Amino acid sequence: MKKVYAKEELCLNCRLCEVYCKTAHSKTKDVLKANKYENPTPVSRITVYGDKMLSAAVNCRHCDNPKCVQACITGAMTKDEKTGIVSVNEKKCIGCMTCLSVCPFGCIKTGKFAVKCDLCQDEDEPACVKNCPNHALVYIDLGGAK
Amino acid sequence: MLKEGQVRIPSGCAIAAIIDRKGGLINGSEIIKSISLMHDRSNGLGGGFAAYGIYPEHKDEYAFHIFFENKEAHQKCEEFLFKHFNIDVAERIPTKKVASISNGPDIWRYFGRVNRVRMKNSRLDEGEYVVQCVTKINAAYDGAYIFSSGKNMGCFKAVGFPEDVGEFYMLDRYDAYLWTAHGRFPTNTPGWWGGAHPFNILDWSIVHNGEISSYDANRRYIEQFGYKCTMQTDTEVITYLFDHLIRHHGLPANVAADVLTAPEWDEIDRMDDEKKEYFTNLRAIYSGALVNGPFSVILGSNKGLLAINDRLKLRSLTAAVKGDRAYFASEESAIRIICPDPDKVWSVSGADPVFVPLEIENKEDE
Amino acid sequence: MAVNYIPRRFTVIRDKNLCIDCGCCVRQCSNECHFFDGDGKTVVSDSENCVACHRCVDLCPTRALRIEKYVCDYRENANWTPQYQQEICRQAETGGVLLSGMGTPKPYPIYWDKILLNASQVTNPSIDPLREPMEIRTILGRKPEKITVEKKGKSTVEMPPQVIIETPIMFSAMSFGSISLNAQKSLAMAAKNLGTLFNTGEGGLHPDLKEYTDCAIVQVASGRFGVHKEYLNNSRFVEIKIGQGAKPGIGGHLPGEKVNVEVSNARMIPEGSDAISPAPHHDIYSIEDLRQLIWSIKQATDNKKPVSVKIAAVHNVAAIASGCVRAGADIVVIDGFRGGTGAAPTRIRDNVGIPIELALAAADQRLRDEGIRSRISLVAAGSFRCSADIVKAIALGADACYCASAPLIAMGCHMCQTCNTGKCNWGIATQRPELTKRLNPEIMHLRVENLINAWNHEIKEIMGGMGINSVDSLRGNRLMLRGIGLSEKELEILGIMHAGE
Repeated sequence: MKKVYAKEELCLNCRLCEVYCKTAHSKTKDVLKANKYENPTPVSRITVYGDKMLSAAVNCRHCDNPKCVQACITGAMTKDEKTGIVSVNEKKCIGCMTCLSVCPFGCIKTGKFAVKCDLCQDEDEPACVKNCPNHALVYIDLGGAK
Repeated sequence: MLKEGQVRIPSGCAIAAIIDRKGGLINGSEIIKSISLMHDRSNGLGGGFAAYGIYPEHKDEYAFHIFFENKEAHQKCEEFLFKHFNIDVAERIPTKKVASISNGPDIWRYFGRVNRVRMKNSRLDEGEYVVQCVTKINAAYDGAYIFSSGKNMGCFKAVGFPEDVGEFYMLDRYDAYLWTAHGRFPTNTPGWWGGAHPFNILDWSIVHNGEISSYDANRRYIEQFGYKCTMQTDTEVITYLFDHLIRHHGLPANVAADVLTAPEWDEIDRMDDEKKEYFTNLRAIYSGALVNGPFSVILGSNKGLLAINDRLKLRSLTAAVKGDRAYFASEESAIRIICPDPDKVWSVSGADPVFVPLEIENKEDE
Repeated sequence: MAVNYIPRRFTVIRDKNLCIDCGCCVRQCSNECHFFDGDGKTVVSDSENCVACHRCVDLCPTRALRIEKYVCDYRENANWTPQYQQEICRQAETGGVLLSGMGTPKPYPIYWDKILLNASQVTNPSIDPLREPMEIRTILGRKPEKITVEKKGKSTVEMPPQVIIETPIMFSAMSFGSISLNAQKSLAMAAKNLGTLFNTGEGGLHPDLKEYTDCAIVQVASGRFGVHKEYLNNSRFVEIKIGQGAKPGIGGHLPGEKVNVEVSNARMIPEGSDAISPAPHHDIYSIEDLRQLIWSIKQATDNKKPVSVKIAAVHNVAAIASGCVRAGADIVVIDGFRGGTGAAPTRIRDNVGIPIELALAAADQRLRDEGIRSRISLVAAGSFRCSADIVKAIALGADACYCASAPLIAMGCHMCQTCNTGKCNWGIATQRPELTKRLNPEIMHLRVENLINAWNHEIKEIMGGMGINSVDSLRGNRLMLRGIGLSEKELEILGIMHAGE
């Protein structure tokens, strides 16, 4: 499946991926309103770790055997067999955050419910990839199971 | 107002030519008939003819045709000429009064050979010696202008429509194996006799239709080699290019034509290796001699006739063959009026210059 | 120092209504103009070190930032302008030579802006480049005096090595060291795709650029950094750099801090050591020595590479250019004094040399007067800002033009003129890994290609308007140029007429 991969040698540590992730997952879809005025503040599903010398953006790996899916006590967390995308059903999620504690990449964020990368399913390309100024994020299929 | 030669003047034109490959003589009335059909392509500000084979009794002597604008120029020029050449004959060129041609200069012709002592001292070969003498008079002697300097050939030109110029010089009294003719349409000049075509140097004569957009690139290229473009006309610069390529670089006329109208790179890239190398070298070495913009040119010489057209075929030029004779003109009608039933008629293409060699031997200079 | 004698240059204006405190600017500014306030959340700015490079402005997702000139008036004085006063203060503080990057910003005449181009009307048709072939292919190298043929269609002449480029625009010398490897690689990639050449400058050829040797001009300068036989042969042609337009008469100095392990390998000098190029070549004290160096390079390259000689446009440039040709240069490059540089003493940059327009016109005419112009190629350098400048240069007599600043701007340079500090926020004039990675060659080579392709289109459009369909017929075609507002003397040197004539 197509996933977001980070090229750390190109990552600027500008963290614009976070800004645009929040925007993409906001009510208004407006960069200023989403990041400044919306309440609750949208949560970024991607996080840049590191410093100016070495940094990389990390988001959900949509694992082949996701620990979060196994650990979910309500069955809210599922992996779509077709697309391979791991997503949270907000109607079922009770916010227990077991998923967060088992994710080896730290890719589950806390909001009212568990929040995580959905690869911006409605768009051609995830917002983080589209807006990376240095093409340090790529959205490609490197093979592997769905 | 600046006259031609002091300022560059764009002009459009009509051209025509006839050659008999076997050297058979053609009367001047033929070419007049051809060029006069294209009356509307000129505007009365210049017409002229070049004729080859007209002075058989002087065939080993240079025939200088000269315009004199005043007595003083006449005197000074003759002084120079007599010093540098052994002149046998000095006479006025016979002309007839024609209503539409007036205010002309005094027109003379001289037949003579080079002064060998002076030539040897100058360490120039004969052609170069003659060219330099002609250039010297045309550039430095105000009021004198040599407009013809070949052997057994002559140019006849004036301000007027070409048919009137033909009548003025009584060209029906001349028979030649090669004629070229020109009717001029300069855009903004009172017209100057020296500015009319053909343009001549040694045995080369050129008639040209068009305005070359590469003029200054060509001028500045050719002036590197001792030429002085005093007239600021396209024809002058094209003549010098041919003279340089053929006389100084020893190129065959059809190779010289390839220099001026080299094919486009797109085309060269598709050629076989030998041709690709030939044209790439040509374009690399002679980029300054590539002629650009609309033109059709007929180059006359004692070796034959060369007709070339620009690379994009922006100017018209038609060719026809009938027996030993080849005809060229800006418009097909101008050929058909004197050769109603040609064996073959075609439009000269930019990539394919037409060379009609003379099949009789012309005595070469020693 | 307790007293700030020099007011700051710029003010960073942050629109708090727009700022989302994302901190992008904080992490991008190498001059540390932006930082998180004490609360660790609110972003604020300190304008003191701002150089107006616009990195923060251009990356700000909400466009909350604006740079303004900081206006602090001095008592008006046309002679003692604030700039001179400030420079004096800087020198009073440091005791050093003033250094600057990029070309001179002084308002010397730019003749390109005083030359107008011609177009065809009525007597001569203009040509539509979309319908007709329009040729800008250019061939550089020494040409034999004449062609010899066996017959029409078969050439027998032995050609010296020629370099065919598909546009008359090449990228001028910028060494790895003065610019980042990523910047150089972007130029190399663009050159390869465009069918033109980039120039290694005096920085050697980094092994990563091996695949671009077909479009590399390798430079041999006074420091001889990175020069060895393989280097010379890994090229399309070899350039001997005698001078540079931005700093004629002086050498170069790459500070040791920029000489990291990569730079040190490419230049073959110890890591961390200053790379000092002497002012002259110490084996060229006269023209006959130049001939020997040209000959040596030809020997080392088996006569397979043309050799160019690059000189700065100085007062006697025409005679020097002629001398270079006679010493065996196949290509002569003249670099005008508005040309750029990674670092030059400000006084030299702003006062030494002459504009490329005049130098080119004089040299081209001189070579023609001597009958040798068509035997060699003439390349002009020194600030070509747009395609019209290139067209004008070719019409004055250049075969091709060297551009450096324009492709740098395409890659993000904002002419902040602080290349010498090594803190280039755009990853161009720096070796700091955190900055050089900002320049992704995969993105930048496309931007440079777009730029040159756009210029190519414009050149073709202008040529078509003139009724010319080959750049060969534009070269030296000064009748296509007219001066506007120029003196008789200027027109005479440029060899052009005044508009209306």
